[in-house]
Amino acid sequence: MSKIIDSLKYTDQHEWIKLDGDIATIGITDHAQGALGDLVFVELPEVGRTVKAHENFAVVESVKAASEVYAPLSGEVIEVNTALSSTPEVINSAPYDAGWICKIRISNKAEVAALMSADAYKDLAA
Amino acid sequence: MNNKTPLYSEHVKLGAKICPFAGYDMPIQYPLGVIKEHEWVREHAGLFDVSHMGQAFVKGAAAAAFFSRVTPSSFMKTPHGRAKYTVLTNDKGGIIDDLIITRMNDDTFFVVFNAGRKDVDRAWMQKNLPPAVSFEELANNALIALQGPKAESALQKLLPTANLAAQAYMTILESEWQGVPVLVSRLGYTGEDGFEISIPANYSAAFWNKLLENSDVKPIGLAARDSLRLEMGYPLYGHDLTEETNPIEASLSWVMTKGHQGYFGAGVLVPASATEPASKRAGIKLTGQGIAREGAEIFVGAEKIGALTSGGFSPSLKQAIGQGYIASQYANEGQAVEVEVRGKRIAAVVHALSFMPAKTRSSSLKKAS
Repeated sequence: MSKIIDSLKYTDQHEWIKLDGDIATIGITDHAQGALGDLVFVELPEVGRTVKAHENFAVVESVKAASEVYAPLSGEVIEVNTALSSTPEVINSAPYDAGWICKIRISNKAEVAALMSADAYKDLAA
Repeated sequence: MNNKTPLYSEHVKLGAKICPFAGYDMPIQYPLGVIKEHEWVREHAGLFDVSHMGQAFVKGAAAAAFFSRVTPSSFMKTPHGRAKYTVLTNDKGGIIDDLIITRMNDDTFFVVFNAGRKDVDRAWMQKNLPPAVSFEELANNALIALQGPKAESALQKLLPTANLAAQAYMTILESEWQGVPVLVSRLGYTGEDGFEISIPANYSAAFWNKLLENSDVKPIGLAARDSLRLEMGYPLYGHDLTEETNPIEASLSWVMTKGHQGYFGAGVLVPASATEPASKRAGIKLTGQGIAREGAEIFVGAEKIGALTSGGFSPSLKQAIGQGYIASQYANEGQAVEVEVRGKRIAAVVHALSFMPAKTRSSSLKKAS
């Protein structure tokens, strides 16, 4: 059974979002890393890039395949987890902590309401 | 509804992630994960279910002539027990499939062919079968591969009477396990020493589980099978080989027996072998960050010189590698190229097809005592 953290928000694309004011930290869920398998490369978005919700803005690659990561919220990328460039496997071992992908300064707070609660995500990832 | 191999329920019990492959529900990986599975095969012994592959006996006095007709390899002087890797060619020289053909004795050959090409291969071979030669599919046999430096010691424990220490690479021996006949071929798709064992399906799960009792042996899924073969530069049919490519372009001209004529496509292949093909299969090693997959285009400056037919991450080299068809004038080791991934160019170099030395043993046959 994959781990789901109650205090986080989720998307149906298996991303998690931690909200702190207008800053959203984004990663992929334990369920997602398990389904993808051993990750060997992460293409991070550029800092300063403005993204729209649902826009493809990062790529996580396993031995077998590349998978796109979609921006869960609109905003500006203000920080990326550069450690993933050399240690992408951290997403497998600590998807909710050291495996975070990037931080966005949210431009449209109304979008937050569309994110899934942990309970709703539990049903999806079950 | 996909087919299932006789070992399907063993994979489920072992917690494998099951995916469809060539019409079969196959284990793509086990809980160990693809990278550790890959490393396990390189260091110990990995157990693979390859029962989805086609297996057949071809029997008759003209069987050697038949295989010398449907492949560019001559089997007329092939010694008993010798396995050969070769390709089925069509009358244009295109590759219908790649396969292993083993001479059991004067009149009997054992052939193993790709799961995804079973229908095509079967139809092609049967259509071209001479009178008095039979094609008997072993539909009730499983095929189990055991690969890695510990493969011989692990298999020897189950087959105490088989002289595995004396078995050369690319040879077959007949043995038995619990009174059941098994065919043991010393070959594989990983670059490691190892075996493929054909065993009646109703005994295969017990045999599989007996091998897994050995702490040197772990089950390995198709994902690691793919990364292992990619490191060795071995082709995967349907990706690196198709009916549109011939063995010369595929850098497999070594399967064409010198002086051999009269096979399907010989009229194209024999003259073509005297000259350089326009493009040929070669290895590509990425030197920049990223991973290039099948379909990624390869450039020298603005000129597109080819595309990858396979590509991925090499767990041994910790680097992205691949293979593809590139214009022959650029198919030289060390040639700087770029591969395009999601609109961005990544630096790469042309490499030999194989990225690691094979650890298979010598194929010289010992004199029969």
